[in-house]
Amino acid sequence: MPKTELKEYIVMRNREIENIRDLDVYLASGGYAMAKQALTSMTPAAIIDEVKKSGLRGRGGAGFPTGVKWSFVPKELNPKYLVVNADESEPGTFNNHEIIDENPHQLLEGIVISAFAIGANVAYIYIRGEFAYGARFLEQKIAEARARGLIGKNLFGTGYDVEIYVHRGAGAYICGEETALLESLEGKIGQPRLKPPFPAVAGLYAKPTVVNNVETLTNVPRIIEKGADWFRSFGTEKSPGTKAVSISGHVKKPGNYEIPLGITIREFIFDWAGGMRDPNLPLKFIIPGGASSNWLTEQHLDLPMTWDDMAAAGTMLGSGAMVVLDTSVPVVRAALKVDEFFKHESCGKCSPCREGTHFLVKVWERIDEGHGRVGDIELLADVGKQMLGKCFCPLGDSSVSAVNSAIKFFRPELDAAIDAQH
Amino acid sequence: MLYEQHKAEIDEILARYPVDRKRSALLPLLYLAQDVYGRLDRDSIREVAEILDLPYTDVFEVVGFYTLFYNEEVGKVVLDVCDDVPCCFCGAEELVADLENRLGIKAGETTKDKVFTLRRVKCIAACDQAPVLQANLEFHNRVLPDKVEAMLAKLR
Ligand SMILES: NC(=O)C1=CN([C@@H]2O[C@H](COP(=O)(O)OP(=O)(O)OC[C@H]3O[C@@H](n4cnc5c(N)ncnc54)[C@H](O)[C@@H]3O)[C@@H](O)[C@H]2O)C=CC1
Ligand SMILES: Cc1cc2nc3c(=O)[nH]c(=O)nc-3n(C[C@H](O)[C@H](O)[C@H](O)COP(=O)(O)O)c2cc1C
Ligand code: SF4
Ligand code: FES
Repeated sequence: MPKTELKEYIVMRNREIENIRDLDVYLASGGYAMAKQALTSMTPAAIIDEVKKSGLRGRGGAGFPTGVKWSFVPKELNPKYLVVNADESEPGTFNNHEIIDENPHQLLEGIVISAFAIGANVAYIYIRGEFAYGARFLEQKIAEARARGLIGKNLFGTGYDVEIYVHRGAGAYICGEETALLESLEGKIGQPRLKPPFPAVAGLYAKPTVVNNVETLTNVPRIIEKGADWFRSFGTEKSPGTKAVSISGHVKKPGNYEIPLGITIREFIFDWAGGMRDPNLPLKFIIPGGASSNWLTEQHLDLPMTWDDMAAAGTMLGSGAMVVLDTSVPVVRAALKVDEFFKHESCGKCSPCREGTHFLVKVWERIDEGHGRVGDIELLADVGKQMLGKCFCPLGDSSVSAVNSAIKFFRPELDAAIDAQH
Repeated sequence: MLYEQHKAEIDEILARYPVDRKRSALLPLLYLAQDVYGRLDRDSIREVAEILDLPYTDVFEVVGFYTLFYNEEVGKVVLDVCDDVPCCFCGAEELVADLENRLGIKAGETTKDKVFTLRRVKCIAACDQAPVLQANLEFHNRVLPDKVEAMLAKLR
C-alpha cells in the first residue's frame, strides 16, 4: 500500500514554512488574522460551536472533545482561566517540544482565540522545568506579539484583554496531570485532586479553568481559518484531524511526524519512519502511547491509529508516542525501566501506587540481576492486580501496563529468565 | 538579601498572579533563589518563605518534591543523562558509563573540583536524539562516543 499523503500540515507548519517561528514570517503566512477575525466578527459561542463541529479531541492523551469541554465552563462564574499544558513528560513524547520551539506563534494565536472563547483574560502556560530554553523562548515570543498589539489589552480594538504568562514546572511528571498541574501552579507540591469537580468548573484558585494541551490549542487557528468541514477532511469520523506523533527507538527515522489520524501502525512505522533500523533485528514490541500504555506486538500492526481503535485493542493512542523496540531488547529490562520511571514519579499521595511501584521495581530488579525467585511472575501479577483501579490517579494504574504486557506477550521469556537462575 | 537585590524582577513575577494568590510565585522565586545562591539551603528557603509569607516547612516540602531544585551543592555543570525507555536501549547506558569513566565519579556524584555533577534522569522529551543529555538544562543531542570529549572540554 502506498504511503498516505498528508494534504497539508495543520500543527507542524514549521515543516512547510521556513522560520515560521519568527513573528514576521508568521504574520506573512496569515498569522494572527484568525485571532483578529475571531475576536472582531465571531461570538464566543460561535467559536465553541465551530470547534465542537470540527470534532477536535484533546491531544494531551485522553482525547476528550475540546469544544465540549469548553462548553462546560459556567458563564456566570468569574474570573476564568486558560491553562496550557506544556508539561510533556510521558516517556516517548516530544511533539509539544517541537511545536514550542518551531511554531510558537500558532500556539499563542490558539491561546488568544481559545481564551476569548471561554471568557478568560489570563492564560498560564505551564511548561516542564527541563524546557528552560523553550520557556525563555516563549516569553520572548509573547513579548514580540505584545509589542505589536496581538496579545495584551484591548485586542484589535474590541475591548477584550488577554495576558499570557509562562510558568515553569520544576521536574515532576505528575504535574502533567491537570489537577496536579493546578496544585503546582498554586505553589504547592504536585499531587492530584479528586475529580469531579473537573477543572472546567473548579480549577485554578477554584475558578472555572480550561486545561488544554499545546497541540490541541495549536489546531484552533486553522479550524477557525478553514472551518470544521475542512478539518474533518483529515482523519476519521470519530478521530478527525491530524496528530503529531513522536516515534523513537529502533526505527530508521525516529522523530516527529504529523499523520492523518487513522493510518495503520504498520504504515506509520514502515512507510513513514523507515522501518526497523537493523535488518537483522526484527520488531519485538511497541509501546504505542507512551510508557503508560499497554504494549503491542507484530500481530497488531494493522491497527488504525485513532483513540477508539487503540482503546478497543486494550491500549491507547495517548499523547502520540510510539516506542519501537527490536529483538535486542530483554523484556525484563524494559519492564524494569518503565516501572522505575513510575516509581520515581509517584507523587506519594496514595499507598497502592507509592508502595506498589516500589514493590514492582524490587521484583523486576532481582530478576534482572539474576536473583529471580520461583513465583516472582505470579507475584508481579498479583501486585499489579492489587494496584489496578485502586490508585488515586491514572499514574498508579499506568505502572501495571508493563507488568501485564510482559506477562501477556512474553511469559516464556520471563520464565526462562527465572529458570536460568536456578 | 534576595528581595532587596532583585526587587524589580520579583515584583514582576508577583504581578503575574492575583494579589491574594502570591503563593503561585513560589516556583519562579525558588528558581531565582537557586540561580543566585547556587542551591536552596535553609537560608535561601527561609528568604523565599518570608517574601511570600509562607511557613518555612511549606517551602521546604516543595523544594524536596521537585527534582530541579537542589538542596545539596552541585557542580558548575549538571549533566542530566536520560536513561529511560527508549534511550536506555539506544546508547544511554554506554554514555553514562563513558562519562563515569572520564569524570571518575558515579552517577549521582560531583567531581572533586566541583565542575561536574552527573545524574541519570527520566525522559527529557528528546527521545529521537538518543543518547541525549542536558547540561544545565541545555540539550546535547546524539552524544555519541566520539563527541563526549569535545563536549566536556567545552563545558568545563
Ligand atoms: N502528554 C503526556 O505527556 C501524558 C499524557 N497522558 C495522558 O493522559 C490521559 C489521562 O488524562 P486525564 O486528564 O486523567 O483524563 P480524563 O479523561 O480524566 O480527562 C480528559 C480531559 O477532559 C476533561 N473532562 C473529562 N470529563 C469531563 C467532564 N465531565 N466535565 C468537564 N471536563 C471533563 C478533563 O478535565 C480533562 O481535561 C491518558 O489517556 C494519557 O494518555 C498521561 C501521561 C503523560
Ligand atoms: C499522570 C498524567 C500525566 C499527564 N501528563 C500530561 C502532559 O504532560 N501533557 C498533557 O497535555 N496532558 C497530560 N495529561 C493529561 C491531562 O491530565 C489532561 O487530560 C490534558 O492536559 C487535557 O488537555 P487536552 O484535552 O487538550 O488533551 C496527563 C495525565 C496524567 C494522568
Ligand atoms: S496514583 Fe500515584 S501519582 Fe497518582 S495520586 Fe496516587 S501516589 Fe500520586
Ligand atoms: S526516553 Fe530519553 S529523552 Fe525520552
